[in-house]
Amino acid sequence: MNSRRHELNIQLAQMLKGGVIMDVTNVEQARIAEEAGAVAVMALERVPADIRAHGGVARMSDPSMILAIKKAVSIPVMAKVRIGHFVEAQVLEALKIDYIDESEVLTPADEECHIDKTKFSIPFVCGARNLGEALRRIAEGAAMIRTKGEAGTGNVVEAVRHMRTMNREIRQLVSMPVEEVVGFAKANGIPFELALKVKELGRLPVVNFAAGGIATPADAALMMQLGCDGIFVGSGIFKSADPVKRARAIVIATAHYDDPEKILEVSMGLGEAMPGLEIGTIPEEHRLAVRGW
Amino acid sequence: MIGVLDLQGDVVEHIDHLERLGISSKRVKKTSDLKGIKGLIIPGGESTCLARLMKLNGIDRAIMELHGQGIKFWGTCAGAIILARNIIGEKSHVPLIDIDIERNGFGSQLDSFATEALIPDVSPQPLTLIFIRAPKIRRCGPGVKVLLAIEDYIAAAEDESILVTAFHPELTPASDFHAYFARKCGLEIKGERRDLPPWSSTSWTRLARVA
Repeated sequence: MNSRRHELNIQLAQMLKGGVIMDVTNVEQARIAEEAGAVAVMALERVPADIRAHGGVARMSDPSMILAIKKAVSIPVMAKVRIGHFVEAQVLEALKIDYIDESEVLTPADEECHIDKTKFSIPFVCGARNLGEALRRIAEGAAMIRTKGEAGTGNVVEAVRHMRTMNREIRQLVSMPVEEVVGFAKANGIPFELALKVKELGRLPVVNFAAGGIATPADAALMMQLGCDGIFVGSGIFKSADPVKRARAIVIATAHYDDPEKILEVSMGLGEAMPGLEIGTIPEEHRLAVRGW
Repeated sequence: MIGVLDLQGDVVEHIDHLERLGISSKRVKKTSDLKGIKGLIIPGGESTCLARLMKLNGIDRAIMELHGQGIKFWGTCAGAIILARNIIGEKSHVPLIDIDIERNGFGSQLDSFATEALIPDVSPQPLTLIFIRAPKIRRCGPGVKVLLAIEDYIAAAEDESILVTAFHPELTPASDFHAYFARKCGLEIKGERRDLPPWSSTSWTRLARVA
């Protein structure tokens, strides 16, 4: 991939800022998402809550279902591939969708390597729990980062942890003298050049969205106030009692994240949110965020 | 002062360019923020999302009312779609400029591209043009001037009060389009800022929020 193409891919993510990207499993849901004001849809066969319940190996979705969604909406379409599964990524690039999510929600295909994303023209978004993970993905060619909150739980606590961790590490980096950056970069597995870049900018050099466990308008506004550039909602919309209403409410709360009266207004009468899961009750080996290296 | 609609999309990228020109700017989230501005930029983003949020806020109606009262508007990419009188195959949003526009005129993100063109009205130098999932302007009505036509489509056009670009000048180093719009708004460019580092593709992060 040439650097101009990579820049265009980062710039598409800039266009998504302040917006909500919604998981959808069929054409009808995709249309609901678009009508509610989603800036993109993530096409997948099962939302994370169902993947969690279903167990087994979760793979890239059937391309024909992704294609049907691509035909049904005019907003960008994203889809997930397994961590390290570069052939699934080749397939989605051939399908000409807009963005690939190399996602821990699917079962990893490689326990050592992520995809070398610089070999592709299509942009990638990757999850990260901390600054080191985010910058390793950027070094591999990711054009956009998201937190790696525990997907399919309706529990925002892990996304908050990841964002707070990233913010804290960025603040440390910004305030340390340059000679300490080498040690910091080494300890956190960060490429040195990117550590310097983050020190200079005071934030990630690409767009950073919140993902994982966002279920309410207040959750979305919380992640925005913590400094995220936008929101992914996975199971939170179509596992709730009234997806249309909730989708609209989360879009409004994301745009007006610093206006409590607006958030109050859209939080009323939404019906049941998706059922939640306490993270402590999930056995370590079933936690998705720990996938990825 | 120039306002930038701040509901979704690449808002700070525009503000960065306005600041470089020494033009004061304001983020517009609600109708009351429209007070005191000479021009409004509707940025790139997703037009369906922007349109929905504008409608809920009443900003769409407020813009219709302000149009014709001397305030100028500039839509980049999604913003151009918002301001078009006719969106091919879809309902229009704030139908103020007599153009036909086709959403996603080029295809998917893999068809996004950068090119260069000379737009004599705007700059004596060729400008870099960035098209990201861009629309194509298919027709301009009488009273609308074509600023740039490429192959089978129009990429930039204007009438007396509205400027539309299918591409994103805010994603390039040149501030010429922002200067052009400021002059259209009747603003004088006097104090170009020299204290800011030269524009780079990460300049927008200077204005992005850090928690």
